[in-house]
Amino acid sequence: MMASLRRLRGLLRKEFLQIWRDPSSLAIAFLLPAVLLFLFGYGVSLDASNVPLAVVAPHPSALAASFASAFEQSPYFRPQRFLTIQEAERAMANRQVQGVVWLPSDFDRRAASGGNSPIGLFVNGVDTNTARIVEGYVQQVWADWLATQAAEAGRPAPLPIALQPRVRFNPAVKSRDFIVPGLIAMIMTLSGALLTALVIAREWERGTMEALMVTRVTIREILIAKLIPYFVLGMGGMAATVALGVFRFEVPLRGSLWTLTATSSLFMLAALGMGLLISSAARTQFVAAQIAIIATFLPAFILSGFVFDINSMPWPVQIITYAVAARYFVAILQSTFLAGDVWSVILPNAAALIAIAAIFLGASRALARKRLD
Amino acid sequence: MPPLDDGAPALRLEGVRRNFRSGKRVIAAIDGITASAAHGAVTGLIGPDGAGKTTLMRLIAGLLRADAGKIEALGIDVARDPLAVQARIGYMPQRFGLYEDLSVRQNLDLYADLQGVPADERPARYAELMHMTALGPFAGRRAGRLSGGMKQKLGLACTLVHPPDLLLLDEPTVGVDPVSRRELWQIIDHLTRDAAVTVLFSTAYLDEAERCDAVLLIHEGRLLGAGPPGVFTAELAGRSFFASADVGRRRLQERLARAPDVIDTVIQGSRVRVVTAAPTPPAGAALAADLPGLTFAPTPPRFEDAFVARLRALDPGAPPAAAPAAPSPAAASPAEDVIAVRRLTRRFGDFVAVNDVSFHVARGEIFGLLGANGAGKSTTFRMLCGLLPPSEGSLRVAGFDLRRAAASARERIGYMAQKFSLYGDLSVERNLRFFSSVYRLFGARQRRRIDWAVAEFDLASQMSATARDLPLGFKQRLALACALMHEPDILFLDEPTSGVDPLARRDFWRRINALAESGVTVMVTTHFMEEAEYCDRLAIMAQGRVLTAGAPEAIKAAARTEARPDPTMEDAFIAMIEAAADAPTQALRP
Repeated sequence: MMASLRRLRGLLRKEFLQIWRDPSSLAIAFLLPAVLLFLFGYGVSLDASNVPLAVVAPHPSALAASFASAFEQSPYFRPQRFLTIQEAERAMANRQVQGVVWLPSDFDRRAASGGNSPIGLFVNGVDTNTARIVEGYVQQVWADWLATQAAEAGRPAPLPIALQPRVRFNPAVKSRDFIVPGLIAMIMTLSGALLTALVIAREWERGTMEALMVTRVTIREILIAKLIPYFVLGMGGMAATVALGVFRFEVPLRGSLWTLTATSSLFMLAALGMGLLISSAARTQFVAAQIAIIATFLPAFILSGFVFDINSMPWPVQIITYAVAARYFVAILQSTFLAGDVWSVILPNAAALIAIAAIFLGASRALARKRLD
Repeated sequence: MPPLDDGAPALRLEGVRRNFRSGKRVIAAIDGITASAAHGAVTGLIGPDGAGKTTLMRLIAGLLRADAGKIEALGIDVARDPLAVQARIGYMPQRFGLYEDLSVRQNLDLYADLQGVPADERPARYAELMHMTALGPFAGRRAGRLSGGMKQKLGLACTLVHPPDLLLLDEPTVGVDPVSRRELWQIIDHLTRDAAVTVLFSTAYLDEAERCDAVLLIHEGRLLGAGPPGVFTAELAGRSFFASADVGRRRLQERLARAPDVIDTVIQGSRVRVVTAAPTPPAGAALAADLPGLTFAPTPPRFEDAFVARLRALDPGAPPAAAPAAPSPAAASPAEDVIAVRRLTRRFGDFVAVNDVSFHVARGEIFGLLGANGAGKSTTFRMLCGLLPPSEGSLRVAGFDLRRAAASARERIGYMAQKFSLYGDLSVERNLRFFSSVYRLFGARQRRRIDWAVAEFDLASQMSATARDLPLGFKQRLALACALMHEPDILFLDEPTSGVDPLARRDFWRRINALAESGVTVMVTTHFMEEAEYCDRLAIMAQGRVLTAGAPEAIKAAARTEARPDPTMEDAFIAMIEAAADAPTQALRP
């Protein structure tokens, strides 16, 4: 037992010295998440803003001009005026505008009477996501305008009563608040898997693994000595990424730090376990990085429910998503950041993370051999 | 305490077999080897690359499992209890197994922790190892910043930190400079003599066989012979001679190779070493008529002679017919410098890879750059081929200044890279076609050159085989053929025969000689000391500098002393490095 502890201490000291002297693992733990968070945090947005929109008013009137200017004031749209519907449709076909709002000749009369919306809306359906957003925003602009008109005229708001949506948990409906926690889960999946997979592949490449294996060290000691240092490093990277999300992207953190730390630890174990499993197959850093990206990053992006709704996937794909650790962590993070410690969400997802971490770590232990074949 | 010698060998192999899969093919890396190694002796595991040396080492260390047969190390069945074996052996893999980011001391600490060396025993053990390896002054230096020779010694110290009963060293001397190589052998001698360690030492350098107590000669996964090196050479008693005659040495060799009863011919200095099938020198009226002034002087046989004799016995149907040299227009022109290098320097950051190097090579000459890994040979080569711009100095190749007209110079150059840059997935024929089209050969001319290559290099039997699956010697021939497709005037060969078996190396040099005779200028790098003997002239490089340049005979003659009347190229190399190391101190003297 003493000898085993001494071996473990030797390996751990070596690993920390290497981390300190070779900046590549520090870069994977800190630089990579920061760069990705900046890149995606600013790049990926599910909000529409400055959407180019054609406004067609063939029969100008005071009322029509008032409605058209409502679009000018909206932060979501960048309206362009057209006189004929044909010109507007051509602009949409050329993707110069995402949608066309058409005010028919009897706009004034129908608007004054309230009732059915008299405007026509054509949306470019190629990008369904944007199309739906544009549709919603135009309806809101219409409702707001009607209400303003009514208030000015001193009569009650027209029927049907405009809905006043109240959004729970993300009152500003900023998609960034919803995206950043998801991004953190995705980025830490990659960082964690790369940490262990790359350092072990590096030992194979440099021939040091071969020399280690012919000492009295056991395979369990080798695995533990990889897990501990990179767990510490990965959690450091996690903390830095969360801090970046909270302070730079101003995402609220409503849950407790304690819950965040505990669940992140579970997730980090799962991610590092994935890396260890990859390293049992990959003997070069190039292959290890390729597998890590394909097997962890892409599923975390696509199958975690963070960008695409899992419920709308076909059932075979839904089954696959249960194996994606990021799926559970995305749910936990979104809840911890936006809603607080919602135990009914956190506990089952944490249990799933424990199961996945156990499976990956167990499989790496079972597959690792103190041999080259 | 060393184990008592109860007569049982330290290592016993019984019918060991190990296969590897490569796609659908199964390759027998170790094809039924039965052998043993005695306690306290140095056993050399000797064979060319691909013979199975590393696989056998890994099998003994418990890193691989045998498909059949039994391995017993120190009386323990390796397959049954690899951990017990690993607790008592030291194993140094080919790349020494060092952590380059860690210091010398930290590497030792790590292996001491892993091998369970108690803390109170460490100071004494470290002191001993530092004394043995002379690494004491560098204890705080990172392993990555050590020279190749020092890395090798640190790797050895790490495997010795817990005194092993059996020490496995996988090619520790390949590519290491001769001074470090000599020091390593001194350490090994010390270990076996004073500490009774059993050493298994693998190498591709055949001359190291004579330093071992016993030799296991392996070739293509099979045991070709076992026993003390004397047993191998004894078979050849009276069968090796030095031949000289009043003709050029290449002609002499080429003619002798065709004589009946001749097993092997090698150029050594100005003479030709001949090994015969019977203990009499080759004779015959025809031979005497072709070679005026032919004389033979007996010489003691070497281990390499024995290896070649055994290989020839395995495959008697392959007598080396000397290739008729293709006449080249260049042959007619008078001697002139085809390559002229003056004060060439190349820096990478603050590291000077090539330092103020000057030499010149005449048309039809074979010029060698001899040196250890990291001496600057390959960097010099890349500059000569126009692949790397020099930091300082001038380079002229085939009359072109490489700084200005690298592309024009390159058309006249054939280049064969280390490890043969062939397309492994393409067939032999496709490789030939590709490389000829790269040199803008098309249509009838391309067909003519491919036909020439197939005939000249004996490629017809394997035209549709994929290059990856070819034996090493065949790959080497194909790579040379590809480099010659455009009939270059100058041929650059970077470590061309590294690790190929002696027959393939002879075959290769026979072709190179024929090319040189036809007027092609050949430049070659090598870390094989003996290979330098094939060159007309050579430059010895160390740490980016040229230590000396000249004909092999002259370089060896310069190292002649009373104690060493007949120095080898390695002796000369060591003398040169020691002289270079002494030079600054001498300069300081009043």
